Amino acid sequence: MTSGPLKAGLVPRSRSRAVLTHAGGLHARPAIKLTQLAKRFQSEVWIALAEHGPWIDAKSIARVMATKTPYMATLHFVAEGNDAAEATSALARLVESDFADDGNGG
Amino acid sequence: MGKNVGIVIVSHSADVAKGAADMVRQMVGAHVPLAWCGGNLAGGLGTSVEAIVKALELAWSDSGVVIMVDMGGAETNSEMAIEMMPERRRAKIVVCNGPIVEGAVMAATESSSGAALERVRRAAEELYSR
Repeated sequence: MTSGPLKAGLVPRSRSRAVLTHAGGLHARPAIKLTQLAKRFQSEVWIALAEHGPWIDAKSIARVMATKTPYMATLHFVAEGNDAAEATSALARLVESDFADDGNGG
Repeated sequence: MGKNVGIVIVSHSADVAKGAADMVRQMVGAHVPLAWCGGNLAGGLGTSVEAIVKALELAWSDSGVVIMVDMGGAETNSEMAIEMMPERRRAKIVVCNGPIVEGAVMAATESSSGAALERVRRAAEELYSR
């Protein structure tokens, strides 16, 4: 169980956010895409529905789906690690693009 | 392909097994070895060791294979099918204790990122372990 971002100051850290405009909210298919994207980065990545958490491991499909994030909610992302900036910007782009297909078969 | 952990879906019903496999393909994509079997050899409800062995061979990956089952005989027949596999493969096959549909989708999501067998199993079982 991860406890959320704690190592601030020790490793590169990045934040982003995006409004969930996907009709129906973060249901199964977009949750899978979000998790798959998060897993491409070495950094630890968390999501939250509020600016200060509670933080959820973005690489856990069960936990991401369990957020039941509704339509028009703001998703907050935090990443810690060497590719943290790439991770948070890619995740925000995915949400802003309404989970557009990236040609990865998803 | 071939490197990601494989998923085998074993249900008493061919319709359930095929439906769960369709969900995996459409939601997670084509980067995970996947096979399903359901029903007995007479075409009724049930599971067949022989069919499970075939599915294990179809979805085989050197990284291992997780089996999602529905109930009772699906689990015992899966264990018998594992016994019939070549010895060097047996340690790389696990029967997961998770919901057959959701577990298959979550296991495949984990596998699609290149995760190892134990992590894929944990993803499949996460819904029952909370």
